Amino acid sequence: MSEHDHPHEPITNGDEPPAAARARALEQLLIEKGAISREDVRERIDWLVSRSPADGARLVARAWVDPEFKQRLLADARAAALELGLDPGPSPVVVAVENSDDVHHMVVCTLCSCYPRALLGPPPAWYKSLPYRSRAASDPRGVLDEFGLELRDDVELRVLDSTADIRYLVMPRRPADTEGLGEDELAALITRDSMIGVAQPSAPAAIG
Amino acid sequence: MTYHAGQRVRVAARSHPGHHRTPGYVKGKTGTVERAYAAFTNPETRAYGMDGLPEQPLYLVGFAQRDVWPDYPGHSRDRIYLDLFEHWLEDGE
Repeated sequence: MSEHDHPHEPITNGDEPPAAARARALEQLLIEKGAISREDVRERIDWLVSRSPADGARLVARAWVDPEFKQRLLADARAAALELGLDPGPSPVVVAVENSDDVHHMVVCTLCSCYPRALLGPPPAWYKSLPYRSRAASDPRGVLDEFGLELRDDVELRVLDSTADIRYLVMPRRPADTEGLGEDELAALITRDSMIGVAQPSAPAAIG
Repeated sequence: MTYHAGQRVRVAARSHPGHHRTPGYVKGKTGTVERAYAAFTNPETRAYGMDGLPEQPLYLVGFAQRDVWPDYPGHSRDRIYLDLFEHWLEDGE
């Protein structure tokens, strides 16, 4: 008797949410139609989980210490990532936006979960949640407040809704009292959330 | 690219029965082109297995939050930016 003439039990914890069951059914259908292979799916997942915010942090830290690199990063973040030997991902255009004393940026994808995965790794669950996706657009200051980020009233808040092919990365402000730190020490201050724009970088004292 | 940075554009208020990348909250709103990117394949046909051609020019368009949400609780200078395809834009002057 063939081993593959019957459906296999899915490898789950048994309390699979409906969306996961739907995704698995779609995956099975696409494989049966020959559109993708299991190997494609596994390679894609391997790539995704191999990415981390450390790459984005390297970009930002270099920009903090090298003004000319900062200009190149702001002009073309994809090229700047390649310059540092980083994988900018499949998006043809990656845009870095600079926070300053007067302007703060934050990123959302109100339609789904677009995110600079190559440079930040997999998006956090809250980034994909309906409350974040709706309120980051309509009440971003309320959202930032819940993240513990208080903006001065006179700071201009710019929300970027990544609705198409472009991926956005926030370049946070360099914290005070970091003049003596090297690039690697600076990179350790640059958190994932600060590159989404819902937090400031860590203060230098926070690093043990 | 029909529009250029600094130009006022209005987002078409039409409905679209299928996948599209223009959120309802900016339909009918007027904003300013921030960047003219390039042409990309059209997600409205690509989503259904077609090739997405012809490519459509894509723009970053910025809106005053108070123009988008009448009861916006934040600062009057706050803005929201979206990537919008040219076939959803009209001259907003």
